[in-house]
Amino acid sequence: MAKTTAERSGPVSVSTDEDIEKKQLISSYRLMLLIRRLEESVYRKFHEAKIGGYLHRYDGMEALVAGIIPFLKIPGDYVLSTYRDHAHALACGTSPRAVMAELMGRADGCAAGKGGSMHLIDPDNGFLGGDGIVGGPVPISLGVGYALKYRGGGNVCVVYFGDGAMNQGGVHESMNMVGLYKLPVLFILENNQYAMGTSVSRSTGQPDFVLKAKAHGIQGEQVDGMDLLAVRDVAGRAIARMRETGEPYFLEMKCYRFVGHGIGDDNTKAWTTYRTEDEVALWRERDPLARTADLLLKRGYLSAEQMEQFEAEVQVVVDDAIEFAESSPEPPLDSLYENVYSQ
Amino acid sequence: MATMRYQQALRLAMTEEMERDPNVFICGEEVGQYQGTYRVTEGMLQKFGPRRVVDTPISEIGIAGMATGAAMVGLRPIAEFMTWSFALEAMDQLVNHASKITYMSGGRIQCPVVFRGPAGVGTQLSAQHSQSMESWYAHTPGFKVVMPAFPDDAKGLLKTAIRENNPIIFMEHAGLYGLQGEVPEDPNFTVPFGKASVRREGTDITLVSYSRGVHLCLKAADALAREGIECEVIDLRTLVPLDMDTVVASVRKTHHAVVAQEEWKNVSFGSELSARIHEQAFDELDAPVERVAGADVPMPYAKNLERAAIPTDNDVIAAVRRALA
Repeated sequence: MAKTTAERSGPVSVSTDEDIEKKQLISSYRLMLLIRRLEESVYRKFHEAKIGGYLHRYDGMEALVAGIIPFLKIPGDYVLSTYRDHAHALACGTSPRAVMAELMGRADGCAAGKGGSMHLIDPDNGFLGGDGIVGGPVPISLGVGYALKYRGGGNVCVVYFGDGAMNQGGVHESMNMVGLYKLPVLFILENNQYAMGTSVSRSTGQPDFVLKAKAHGIQGEQVDGMDLLAVRDVAGRAIARMRETGEPYFLEMKCYRFVGHGIGDDNTKAWTTYRTEDEVALWRERDPLARTADLLLKRGYLSAEQMEQFEAEVQVVVDDAIEFAESSPEPPLDSLYENVYSQ
Repeated sequence: MATMRYQQALRLAMTEEMERDPNVFICGEEVGQYQGTYRVTEGMLQKFGPRRVVDTPISEIGIAGMATGAAMVGLRPIAEFMTWSFALEAMDQLVNHASKITYMSGGRIQCPVVFRGPAGVGTQLSAQHSQSMESWYAHTPGFKVVMPAFPDDAKGLLKTAIRENNPIIFMEHAGLYGLQGEVPEDPNFTVPFGKASVRREGTDITLVSYSRGVHLCLKAADALAREGIECEVIDLRTLVPLDMDTVVASVRKTHHAVVAQEEWKNVSFGSELSARIHEQAFDELDAPVERVAGADVPMPYAKNLERAAIPTDNDVIAAVRRALA
């Protein structure tokens, strides 16, 4: 989508200038709206058998990308994420068409139909990919961070991972080495409180995740991940500081996913085994999309009419992405053996 | 040409490539200040500094991720595993990340990384330090697997590996580090992947091996020659890509074959070699392909048990006799 590409074409810095903040907030809101509406469309397409495999939505967590990724300089900076990655690709500037075509396993997908939902990959937009292994992108971020330091130039690598990953050994090996070598890696812990169906309290002996980062020599703090302003404020400062010092930082984003772990979880309502409908409803009251809309209205940055217009425009973008993807050809069969190796 | 040890040839390859390309760096345990567990990286920290010769903690997942991630954004890392036994810690980064990222990205991300270190069996190192697992990697699409047997190949193949745009599994042999040989000093000397080397010509039987197994085959061939049995010894050099053309051409001439390896026999690289020879040259064979391999047991410590578990030149000779019987 042209808007997101344009918005990350230059570095964005936190400014007290109200005009700049207004522009940035509106842009972030549009991105969150796009993510939400696109995510809402994917289950429908799954049930139409247009999308297959595992499918993990980001509903409720949009502020974590909309409040951070617009601060990045792309090309130059890099983003890595988990398999819950549609939002990260869109935020980096991957076109909704290329995202939807990848979800449908089509030739025009951002990974030529070889990655799918869990492996949206778009290096030209700084997105090194969704990773299907819990904790898997964190060791990779160590290497990306090492390369950024090796080259110099003040770039950063942002790596997203979940609360479940905090119990994976490789995450701690990597955090130790990032802390040791002082690499420009921004760790974003998407603490949505459930690793699939296992809550933090049932999986984690020491739930103070920031303490764990500090144990590896990495400073950090906890942030309300349901609040776009809070995320922007902390991330903006952290990234600006990292560009100066080259040192890592850790942000625990307390958040919630409104939907099940994946489509199977929602289809069978298995999620009722680990959380109640009341709990989900309570967190939905803190919906970052609705809160941001309220904020924009309250501050007079957008009118109700403009909001409706945004909705209509985003719907056009999503519909266009679906139409594009559905008319995109399947990958040619002779591409089966292509890309196993690079030339 | 200069006479040098296998270990020095590896060092020369890395040194030349680091001088040639500023994107090449080394990371691993004890590669810098300690000068390398097997002295392969001796002097390199002093020559290239800590930015390019990086001592790491004992964190194989971290090492593998560091090398893979750096490769994904354009550096050309060489990650040293103190032994390939320890790489088992890093299997997810190797198999689920390094080997797959190019394919998963539809070719949009390259991963030019070399993972290297000693493989193979040692002497009384017992089960966790004395083993060879090349078939794990050869089995995995996306890797190229390199196992040099001689110093000149060690140098030439490692240089090719560093220049490759793919993840390379480069398995040295601790038992060969001291082996002397003539090595070209020309910095343009490389050895291509996928080209086997016929180390000895013969007419009666084809012996196919790689790494230390080649030396067992050559020793067996010497002994058998005294009886008038002429063995052709093929050193594969790279398991992936695999040069079956050279193997099949030899079998067409000899009509008999033995495949030899140090790793376990069950579901191993020798299984694959044997199958392919049968598939591609069945009509040429006068006898089934014989296999020489390590005993299918965790390596025992006791000297007598260990001797019984590790293949020797006598095992190759016995296999030749079975094939020619």
